[in-house]
Amino acid sequence: MDAAIKALCTQLRRDIINMTAAAGSGHPGGSLSIVETLAALYFDVMNIDPKNPTMENRDRLVLSKGHATPGLYAALGERGYFDTAEFANFRQLGSILQGHPDSKRCPGVDASTGSLGQGISIAVGMALGAKATGKDFKVYTIIGDGESQEGLVWEACMAAAHFRLDNLTVILDNNGLQIDGSNDEVMSLGDVSAKFAAFGMDVIEVPDGNDYDQVLAALKQPHKPGVPKLIRLRTTKGKGISFMENDAGWHGKAPNEEQRLRALQELEG
Amino acid sequence: MSEKKATRVAYGEYLAKLGHTHPELVVLDADLAGATMTQYFKKEFPDRFFDCGIAEANMVDMAAGMSNVGLLPFCSTFSVFAGRAYDQIRNGVCYPKLNVKFGFTHAGITLGEDGGSHQAIEDIAIMRALPNMTVLVPCDANETERCMDAALAIKGPVYIRLARLPSTIFEMDMPFTLGKINVLREGTDAALLCCGVMVEESMKAAELLAAQGMNVAVVNAHTLKPFDEEGVQALAKKVGHIFTVEEHNVIGGLGDAAAAAMVNLDGVKLTKLGVQDMFGQSGKPAHLLKAYKLDDQSIAEAVAKGLRG
Repeated sequence: MDAAIKALCTQLRRDIINMTAAAGSGHPGGSLSIVETLAALYFDVMNIDPKNPTMENRDRLVLSKGHATPGLYAALGERGYFDTAEFANFRQLGSILQGHPDSKRCPGVDASTGSLGQGISIAVGMALGAKATGKDFKVYTIIGDGESQEGLVWEACMAAAHFRLDNLTVILDNNGLQIDGSNDEVMSLGDVSAKFAAFGMDVIEVPDGNDYDQVLAALKQPHKPGVPKLIRLRTTKGKGISFMENDAGWHGKAPNEEQRLRALQELEG
Repeated sequence: MSEKKATRVAYGEYLAKLGHTHPELVVLDADLAGATMTQYFKKEFPDRFFDCGIAEANMVDMAAGMSNVGLLPFCSTFSVFAGRAYDQIRNGVCYPKLNVKFGFTHAGITLGEDGGSHQAIEDIAIMRALPNMTVLVPCDANETERCMDAALAIKGPVYIRLARLPSTIFEMDMPFTLGKINVLREGTDAALLCCGVMVEESMKAAELLAAQGMNVAVVNAHTLKPFDEEGVQALAKKVGHIFTVEEHNVIGGLGDAAAAAMVNLDGVKLTKLGVQDMFGQSGKPAHLLKAYKLDDQSIAEAVAKGLRG
């Protein structure tokens, strides 16, 4: 990873901390875990134009784990979809930066999500729509591991395989934690890779989902003909902030001023 | 005798026609193409028909995604599964106001033999409560086509409630204006405000009442949302007593829409005929209508009792 990418990822983390602290609410843990993924998608992989966010043939990203808006907005803002001064309005009345992604309000948000399980299903529809209309854009969706307890995730995968959607990439943010504790404490996913493979996905394992180069390589790996991809990222919830890492308590809690300053200091180091 | 056709059949036939004039139109179904009658579209346009399997929730969000890429999806399944895919209809389609249409069939107790588990009596209530949603209930085959034309003209979600039961195609001229009630029979003593297959029963009930010397209007309320509050208020002022007739729970449907419209009027009455907050059961449609007091005779009796006090 070169210095520019490292600096970008640090900036996204800074934005996430500042945004949630200013709002006094939001979801830092699961935003920090997908920083490298968002950076790779928005700054390298996807065919997009921030000045033309509704460009017909653009690649799409559906943030199925819609609560990770601080991460998404950080990436969109830094990429130029809107002024980063908007970060200060996150979760405030009338803001384009709603608590969960709102495609009607925020440029660059391709689907309104937040009700877990729905984003991946919407992404399947987009990918099928691309096939049906002979367009060649790609569709990416980021799902959570806790989210994968929703039956809709599996309906969507079944359909993605059935319709042979080799323009669809599902990215699993497997940080192992959800609001009430670890996945295994709450509702074990078992051998989740085997499950997704059994549903017809081409499962690509990424041992360190917070290593930019590993994530980028997985994203760039071509689809097998007719087979949708599922990239399983082993990530760290709260990645980059020592006191947030691997703590389910930071799923949906904002840092106070003291914690914000400490987090920013760590990021400088 | 007049021709009969179920609104679901009219829906399926007209979809196949619309496919020719609307190349962006696609149809999604959940393993019920032979029942919702999307099979006609499937036969005509196999590349634009997507069977999503028995997975209604996924079907609705897939339609949302297809809408995002410029297609015009019509989703079909049974009305009772509006509840099953409610979250997807709410957050996937209505919240972002996507251009997705829902042609849901087998609504109400006239579904018949399949019984209460499959008879949607709450779907109108669910759909009316969703911002951005338009709710239409056609009374016959022709009006089904008008409702579909209206749905195409709307850039946003539309729910069209369709029946399994074949019903009479009205021979009279029936102008259709979205959001406006439609007087089918003039009357001064009271009005039957009805929708869907209840329009035919109401027309027959008005005949029975006329034979008893009561002059009762029949008014078709095909648009449940946006609801014609002004039209209903004017009707209430004119006749004094409105009887709503719906093949739906009296909670949240046509009766409550009329009640909301009339709440600030003095000296007018409302009686809500419909499914009285209970589930349906198996039986022949005609037997069910009688059992739930929604056949022409029961409607006429209720009106006569209401008018005579």
